[in-house]
Amino acid sequence: MAVALILVLIALGSVAFHLWSPWWWTPIASNWSYIDTTIVITFWITGAVFVAVVLFMAYCVYRFRHRQGQQAHYEPESKRLELWLTVITGVGVAAMLTPGLFVWHQFISVPEDATDIEILGQQWQWSFRLPGPDGKLGTTDARLISPDNPLGLSREDQSGQDDVIVEGGELRLPIGKPVKALLRSVDVIHNFYVPEIRAKMDLVPGQVSYIWFTPTRTGTFEILCAELCGLGHSQMRGTVVVQEQKDYQTWLQGQASRSFARLSPDAQ
Amino acid sequence: MVDVPLGPIGTAPSPATEDVELYHPHSWVTKYVFSQDAKIIAIQYSFVALTVGLIALVLSWLMRLQLGFPGVFTFIDANAYYQFITMHGMMMVVYVLTALFLGGFGNYLIPLMVGARDMVFPYLNMLSFWVYLLAVLILVASFFAPGGPTGAGWTLYPPQAIMSGTPGGQDWGIVLMLVSLMVFIIGFTMGGLNYVVTVLQARARGMTLMRMPLTVWGIFTASFMALLAFPALFVGAVMMLFDRALGTSFFMPAIVEMGQTLDRSGGSPLLFQHLFWFFGHPEVYIVALPAFGIVSDLISTHARRNIFGYRMMVWALLAIGALSFVVWAHHMYVSGMNPYFGFFFATTTLIIAIPTAIKVYNWILTLWRGDIHLNVPMLFALAFIVTFLNGGLTGLFLGNVVVDVPLSDTMFVVAHFHMVMGVAPILVIFGAIYHWYPKVTGRMLNDTLGKLHFWVTFLGAYAIFFPMHYLGLMGVPRRYHEIGEMAFVPPSAHTLNAFITIVALIVGAVQLVFVFNLFWSLRHGRPSGGNPWRATTLEWQTPETPPPHGNWGKELPVVYRWAYDYSVPGAAEDFLPQNQPNAQATAGLAHG
Amino acid sequence: MGSILIFLSVLLIIGVWWLSRQGLMAKPWLEQGIAADWPSTSSAAPAAAKAGLKVFLAVVGSLFALFISAYAIRMQLPDWRALPLPKVLWLNTGMLILSSLALHGAWNAARQGKDDELKIGLLAASVTTLAFLSGQLLAWRQLTTEGYVLSSNSANAFFYVLTGIHGLHLLGGLAVLGRTTARAWQGVGAERLRLSVDLCAMYWHFLLLVWLILLSILTGWAGNMIDICRQLLS
Repeated sequence: MAVALILVLIALGSVAFHLWSPWWWTPIASNWSYIDTTIVITFWITGAVFVAVVLFMAYCVYRFRHRQGQQAHYEPESKRLELWLTVITGVGVAAMLTPGLFVWHQFISVPEDATDIEILGQQWQWSFRLPGPDGKLGTTDARLISPDNPLGLSREDQSGQDDVIVEGGELRLPIGKPVKALLRSVDVIHNFYVPEIRAKMDLVPGQVSYIWFTPTRTGTFEILCAELCGLGHSQMRGTVVVQEQKDYQTWLQGQASRSFARLSPDAQ
Repeated sequence: MVDVPLGPIGTAPSPATEDVELYHPHSWVTKYVFSQDAKIIAIQYSFVALTVGLIALVLSWLMRLQLGFPGVFTFIDANAYYQFITMHGMMMVVYVLTALFLGGFGNYLIPLMVGARDMVFPYLNMLSFWVYLLAVLILVASFFAPGGPTGAGWTLYPPQAIMSGTPGGQDWGIVLMLVSLMVFIIGFTMGGLNYVVTVLQARARGMTLMRMPLTVWGIFTASFMALLAFPALFVGAVMMLFDRALGTSFFMPAIVEMGQTLDRSGGSPLLFQHLFWFFGHPEVYIVALPAFGIVSDLISTHARRNIFGYRMMVWALLAIGALSFVVWAHHMYVSGMNPYFGFFFATTTLIIAIPTAIKVYNWILTLWRGDIHLNVPMLFALAFIVTFLNGGLTGLFLGNVVVDVPLSDTMFVVAHFHMVMGVAPILVIFGAIYHWYPKVTGRMLNDTLGKLHFWVTFLGAYAIFFPMHYLGLMGVPRRYHEIGEMAFVPPSAHTLNAFITIVALIVGAVQLVFVFNLFWSLRHGRPSGGNPWRATTLEWQTPETPPPHGNWGKELPVVYRWAYDYSVPGAAEDFLPQNQPNAQATAGLAHG
Repeated sequence: MGSILIFLSVLLIIGVWWLSRQGLMAKPWLEQGIAADWPSTSSAAPAAAKAGLKVFLAVVGSLFALFISAYAIRMQLPDWRALPLPKVLWLNTGMLILSSLALHGAWNAARQGKDDELKIGLLAASVTTLAFLSGQLLAWRQLTTEGYVLSSNSANAFFYVLTGIHGLHLLGGLAVLGRTTARAWQGVGAERLRLSVDLCAMYWHFLLLVWLILLSILTGWAGNMIDICRQLLS
C-alpha cells in the first residue's frame, strides 16, 4: 500500500515539479525557437509515458500484492499486446525524431546571406574576428601565431588586412542578421555556448567547425565554454552584445581603423 | 526454425560425474586467495569493486560539497575538483560497474545458473581477477604520484588530457590512467572469454539457450559486447600513450599552448572521440544488459509469475546489443564532426529506444496479475524500473540530434546518465545482493536495515538527479568548478544545488548501513535454507548452501524446463525448479 | 570507422547464423524434458578450448580492425607522408607463410598420428616464426637508421604500432608453440598434442591473414582497391 502510494507520489510529484518549479530555460535571443519546440514535444511524449508507466506500476503493486491464497495468472506472452505496444512506441519515437531531423537540417544549412565571423578559443579566453569593409575573413594558420599576431593571420592574404580583431573582450553582433560563426581553437577543445542562443558547437584545434544563428533581440549575453578545457574551464567567459544595426556600424568603423594599423604588412 | 526435438517427458538418466578436471585446492592460500573457484573469484571481484565504489562515493561527496557550497571548502580547488570528477567517473563506470556485473555476478551466477561445475578456464579466471586488482592498484597509485591523478574528465579527450593546463596532463596522472585501463582490458578479456565460452560450452544437459534465465542472457550478451568494444578503448589508450610519452601526433594537431608552439602537427582530436565512444556507448549497455537480465529474474521470482514475453525479452536483448555498436556518435553531435552524421546517428539512437521500451513493458506486464511479494530485492527492482524509465526517456532528448544541442555538456546530461547508468544499475546491484546473499552465505540480510537502505537510497537518488535535469535545461554547464555569477542563473538555483548536496551526503551515508548489514548478517542473519525465495533457477537447487567447489556434488543437474515455471496451473507448488522432471511431483528435488 | 563496422557485420552474420540454429523462435514454456540429441559432455574440454580461441580471435580481429579504422581516418589528413617499406618485409611475409604451411603440415601429421612429421612441422613453424620476428626488427632498424623515426610523422608511428602489436601477438603464440614443440621432441605422442597443434595452427593462420591485410594497407594496395571500387560504383 505504502509502496503504491509512493509510486503515485513520484509520478505526480515529477509532473508538479516540471510545471511549477522556478527552473526553466532562459528566454531565447536567436532564431532557434524551433529547438525549443522540439524540446517541448519531447517533454510531452516522454512525460506521458513516464506517468502512464509509473501509475500502472502503482496500480499493479496495489491490486496484485500478495494475499493469502492468491495465485498469479499464468500467461507466458501475448503476441498481440506486445505487437501493439511496439507499434505505439514506434509512432511515439517517429513523432519525436521527424521534427528533430527537420530542425537539424535547418541547423546545419547556413543561409546564403550569412556574415562570416570567426570565434577563436584558447586557454582560457575568447577572441573574435569580424570581416572589415570587404566582408571577407583572411586565412589563418596556427603556426603563424606569435605575440603580435595572436590569431595566426596570414599576412599574404589581402582579405585579412581589414579584419577586425577583438581579443578577450566582447563580441558585437547586429540584430536580425544571420551570422555564420567559424570556430577555431589554438590549443585544446573548447565549446562556444550562449544559453540564450541555444546553439553550441565545439572548437577543435586543427580544424574549423561552424554554427549559424540570427540574433533576435538586443542585449548582453554570456558566452560560456562548455567543453572541459583544463583548470580555467569555468573562468573562460565572454560576452555577446547584440546591437541595433546603426550602433553596430558605428562601433565597427571605430574598430576597423585601429586594427588596420596593427596588422598592416610593415608591422612585421 | 526447428523446434528442439524432445525426448519423452520423464526422468532421463543423469550423466554420471566424469572425471572432473577441477583443480582441487590443497591449502588455505589456494582455496581463498589464489582460488580457481569462480564463486571465490566472484567474491574477490565484488569486494574489490565495492571498495573502489566507496572511494568513488567519497569523491562524489567532495565534488558535491564544492558545487553545493562553493568557496567554503577551500581545499577543493579547481585542480582537486577536476581530479575528483575524473576519478569518480572512471572508477564508477569501468572499475565498479563493469567489474561488479561481469566479474562479480557473472562469475558467481553463470556456472551455477547453467548447471556447470565451474568456468571452463578456471586458471585464466583466477588470473583475470589478479590482473584486475593490478589495474585498480595502478589507478589508485595515481593519487600518490607527483601531480596527482589526471583531471581530464573521464572521457580523457586529447589534446587537453595530455597538456599542462590539465591536472596530471604532463605529470604521471594520465600515464597511470591509460596504463591502468590497458591492464584492466587485458584482465577483462581473460574473464570475458570465460563467461562467454562457459555459456556456449558448459551448459547442463537439457539447458537449451531458450531455457536460460535472462540473467545469463544479459551477462552473456554484455560480455560478448565488452570483448568487442574494449579494444576500441585499448587502441585509443595506446595511441594517446604514444602521443604523451613518445611525441607522436596521432591526436595532436598543431598547437600553441600558452604562447608556446608545440612540436606536433596534423593529428585529429576527433579520431580519439570516435574510438572512445565506439567503446563508450556499448559500455553503457555492457552495464545495462546484465542489469536488465537480473531485474527480469528478480521481478519474475518475487511476483511469482513467469517473465512476460520471454522470447521478446531475449530478442530485444540481442537487438539492443547489436544496435549499440552503431550509435556511438550521438555523443558527438556538437563535437565538430561532419554534421550530416547527425541524421544517421539520431535515427539509430531513437530506434534503439523501441526494444528498450519493450523490455520496460514486459517488466510491468509481469507485475500485472502477479502475486507480488514486496521483499527487499523486489523493492529495488521496482525502483530500478522508475529510475531506468526516467533516465531512458531523457535519453530521447539527448539522442535526438537537434534537441541535444542546447542540452549537451550541461547538467542535464549529468542527470541523465547518472539516472540511467548510475542509479538504475546500482539499484539492481543492491537488489541482486539482497537476493543472492542467502546463496552466497547461507544467511538472510537483515530486512529492517534493508528497507531503510532501500527507501533512503531510492528516494534520495531520485531527489538528487530529477531536479538536476532542470539546472541543465536552464543552461548550467557541467564540469564547472564554480558556477559563479551567471545572468541567466537565478539565486534559487544555488539553493537547489545546496539541497542536492545535502541529499547526496545522506544517500552516501546510508550506504554505510548496507555495508554494516553485509558484515553483521554474515554471523547474525537468519539462516536461509537452500531456496528462501522459492525460485526455479538452478543456482537455488544446489545440494549444499553455500555451494562448495564444484557446485553440484556427485551429479550434474539435468534441466527439464525453462527458468520461469511459476504459478503453473495444476502444479503442486507455485514454482517448478528447472531440474524437476515432473510438474505434479512435490518440489524439493535436490534441496539442501 | 568503416573497417571495424565491416568486421562487426561479418561477426553479426556469423552470430545470426549460429543463433538461428539454437531454436530462438521456440516457445520454451511448451517444452518439457530434454532434447534427445543433447551432445554428450565428454568432448567438452577440447571443444571449450577451441571455442575459447575462436572468441579470442574475434577480440583480436576487433583490435586490428579498430587500428585499421584509425589508420584510415588519420591518413586522410594533409600532413601524412607515407614511408617506403623496407624490402625485407617481403622476405618476412614469405617466412610467415612458410610458418603457417608448416603448422598446417603439423596439423595433418597430428591427425594421422605421424610423430616424426609432427616434430619437424612444429620445429619448422617455430624457426620460421622466429625468422619473421627478427626480420620485423630488422625492418624497424632499417627505417630508424634511414631517419623514419616514430615521432616524425604519423605514417611512421602507425607502421611501428601496427607491426609491433602484430609481433606481440605472434610472440605470445610462440610461447605456446615453443612449449608444444618442446613436448613433441620430448616424445609426447601426437594424440596428446593434437589439441595444442590445432589451436596453434588456427592462431597462426589467423595472424597470417591479419598480416596480409596489414601489408596490403601499408603498401597502399587496399586504398587503391577501394578507390577502384568507388570509381566502378559511381
